Amino acid sequence: MKSRSATDTGEPALTTDAREALEGAGISRRDFLKGSGALIVTFSVAPRVAGAPAQPSPLVLGAARDRVDSWIAVTEDGRVTAYTGKSELGQGLFTAQMQLIAEELVVPISRVTLVQCDTAITPDQGTTSGSQSHPENFNHSNLAQAAATAREALFRLASARLGLPVDQLTARDGTISATTDPARRVGYGELVGGRKFDIPLDERATRRPRSAWTVLGTSVPRAEIPAMVTGQFEFVHTVRVPGMLHGQVIRPPEVGAKLTGVDEGSVRGMAGLVKVVVKKDFVGVVAEKPWQAIQVARRLKTTWTSGVGLPDQAGIAEYLRKQESRDSLVVDSKDVDATITGAAAEVKATYFYPYQVHGSMGTSCAVADVQRDRATIWSATQATHPLRHTVAAVLGLPPENVRVIFRLGSGCYGVNGADTVSYDAALLSQAVGKPVRVQLLRKDEMAWENFGIAYVVDQRVGLDAEGNILAWDYEAWTPTLGGRPGYRTPGNVITGSLVGFEPEEFTPLTPAPEPTGRLRNRSNAAPPYVAGCVGGQCGGTGIVKSERVLTHTVRSPFWTGSLRSPARLQNTFAHECFMDELAARAKADPVAYRLRHLSDPRLREALAAVAKAANWDSRPSPRTDGRRTGIAAGRGVACVLYEGENGYSAMVAEVEVDQDTGATTVKRMVVSIDCGPISNPNGLKNQVEGGALQGASRALLEEMTWDDTKVTSIDWRTLKTWSLASAVPAIESVLIDRPDAEANGAGETSITVAAAAIANAIFDATGVRLRQAPFTPERVKAALAARPVT
Amino acid sequence: MSAISLTVNGRSYTVDVDPATPLLYVLSDELQLRGPKFGCGLAQCGACTVIVRGQAIRSCVTPVRTVAGADITTVEGLGTIDHPHPLQRAFIEEQAAQCGFCLNGVILNAKAFLDRNPKATDEQIERAMAGVLCRCFANVRMLRAIKRYAREMGA
Repeated sequence: MKSRSATDTGEPALTTDAREALEGAGISRRDFLKGSGALIVTFSVAPRVAGAPAQPSPLVLGAARDRVDSWIAVTEDGRVTAYTGKSELGQGLFTAQMQLIAEELVVPISRVTLVQCDTAITPDQGTTSGSQSHPENFNHSNLAQAAATAREALFRLASARLGLPVDQLTARDGTISATTDPARRVGYGELVGGRKFDIPLDERATRRPRSAWTVLGTSVPRAEIPAMVTGQFEFVHTVRVPGMLHGQVIRPPEVGAKLTGVDEGSVRGMAGLVKVVVKKDFVGVVAEKPWQAIQVARRLKTTWTSGVGLPDQAGIAEYLRKQESRDSLVVDSKDVDATITGAAAEVKATYFYPYQVHGSMGTSCAVADVQRDRATIWSATQATHPLRHTVAAVLGLPPENVRVIFRLGSGCYGVNGADTVSYDAALLSQAVGKPVRVQLLRKDEMAWENFGIAYVVDQRVGLDAEGNILAWDYEAWTPTLGGRPGYRTPGNVITGSLVGFEPEEFTPLTPAPEPTGRLRNRSNAAPPYVAGCVGGQCGGTGIVKSERVLTHTVRSPFWTGSLRSPARLQNTFAHECFMDELAARAKADPVAYRLRHLSDPRLREALAAVAKAANWDSRPSPRTDGRRTGIAAGRGVACVLYEGENGYSAMVAEVEVDQDTGATTVKRMVVSIDCGPISNPNGLKNQVEGGALQGASRALLEEMTWDDTKVTSIDWRTLKTWSLASAVPAIESVLIDRPDAEANGAGETSITVAAAAIANAIFDATGVRLRQAPFTPERVKAALAARPVT
Repeated sequence: MSAISLTVNGRSYTVDVDPATPLLYVLSDELQLRGPKFGCGLAQCGACTVIVRGQAIRSCVTPVRTVAGADITTVEGLGTIDHPHPLQRAFIEEQAAQCGFCLNGVILNAKAFLDRNPKATDEQIERAMAGVLCRCFANVRMLRAIKRYAREMGA
């Protein structure tokens, strides 16, 4: 009906994107298959089996990242097709990359086609994660550099054609003309259309300067939104392949339980049942229709051993401290103990951040078409190329026979179930020899995802008589188990583990090796206020030179993974709350006190800019009106240089705390952000707003929970989150454009500072310091009740 | 299995399914519509919302037999990419989306509410969105888009 799958034409399969790109480029499928034209890839065509859908056989011919043709093709009509290995995830990257190509090649955006993340077509750029897409593709390598190289190549060709030196030529709308005589002109299509550039990326090729930008740097609307709001957009959830069946999985009832039996008789004869699939501890069912698959999965009787048992949730912080650990040292000036001993005062505090849940709005989904020796997977993975290798391992196929095609999923915020469900669909499709779609049930998504990590942080400083920091000692414990599968480790997620793959090995290591080379900030373990001196070079953002930063990573009882701003958020919560405590102790204004300890000019400016925009009430915290009942209002601040090098943000949060109920309402959030040159201002604002609110929801409400055998936060009743009816704050963004700086990450900075800014605002309002998130009404009320009587 | 007749976005369909099947699966699998989505299957998030008899309902928990013969509107039934409904247009103009998965539920809940309450205050609009989630937290823009449409409608 509305199928747009790759195999619905009965011809050798192409993705919708690829086909549209080809057709839009005026290249016929026939030419494509002959390997002619501007194309960079071809497919070998497997012999057709009667009645079976054709299978693409990917055979990448030169998607090497150092060749311009891997990234850019210009067709005879002058259209530009670009290929990227960084995907849209809801962050607006697809449109921003379209802008980049239009800008560098000086063509209208309407004449750009972008193909994203398909292992048969696009360059391998690893994983779209870690706020790395803006730095990787918008600076001086990869997509941006390929586009700049292509533009310069076009200028050289035009110079030869028009008999004029390059510096007397001007590009406009896909045409290059003599600057003084626009009638002397030649179009890109005439210069290179239908042929390859056949040149390497030129590291000397010059990006168009920020001052010349007309497309990049402007608020081009997101390309997907019109189709999304009208229900036309193809998510991975709406990929339909002819003959597709539907699968469901049966996960263990307890963490660590092993399968002891499957009673297939319990579902025999059920409507639509195609097959019960068992492989080691993996159990799944395939049925003709999705609802049938759910019914069968519910009815299927399986037996399991007991689980491994889980530590008491209330004692998780102490549990983490007691485990064998792998230690890493970010900095150690060797004088911290002596400095603190000799200081006027020593201050200590411990912070705890809980395990949290990605909780994608739509549960994870994938479609797999696995035939005898080859497979095609439609997946919302953040890592198409790595996933190709791990799917191949799970299926026992060579990686070159696996094609992974990206389709946007529900916002993932990190390692949701996108990879694991790709394995689920692949295993079930392999078992039945037909395409299978799997969309997880809510409980299976939320009980078995790779959770955001808990953190226990002990902070300790030595202060001088004025309250200035002389030495900072940080020691943290954080759990790990699994994570992104990468190219080699399918056992890092539940399905890979169930079929027998091991998660990444955990090797204890104590003591930590001495840090060498330049400062590696290790997910903001280093506080913003230390100098970060390693080997005589100081790479930190602060001035405190007596410094020790030690992290103990321990084995987690649960799967863990990168949840938006992984570890950076948790560390920033601990640093920025502790800094607030120190400012209060020194009776100093929290902004001024921070500025006293910061050396990095851009971080100082981000902080100053947000204070100015928020009309910051400069005074020490807490407020001193002394009322202990009713509504108390306060403001708090926090700042970060993400990962110590990848984007600046500062936030002022204004809250009201109901001292009778403990309920916190965030009234206003003002957020500054500096990510270098801004590619799309409105898109950046959207990221700042979403990050701030998601950070607030996580800070105030969200906590993954478990009992003695299993995870118990498995739906939207057992995991609290804000709905659209919740009282969300007004948000103001302060965008700091840096035309001459490198492009930095932008998607994870505002969320990083939210919990600390809110906790500091609660302190300002009430005098109560919350050192454990989330700041639920119960927790706030208990802390209020424990206030000393004055 | 039994034959059930449905009217979806003004078109008539007859499907042969288990009458207990939730409407969502019929819309997304049998009719291959892309608008209504499975978010939780528990009527907790709104992603599966459709409008039946003027009410926004959660199609993931609505047996198809209970809506046989009724007029069902999905988000596809409001407008098209070239001619979006004014509410859809407001979302485009406000760029009120991130991943976009929740949009179906957000738009249809707002539509059903404002159809019945065209003069709703901002506060009433916000209250009406209870039980509708956006995990990217594009809340501010979405509420702005809905209120913009409400104002345009009232003007």
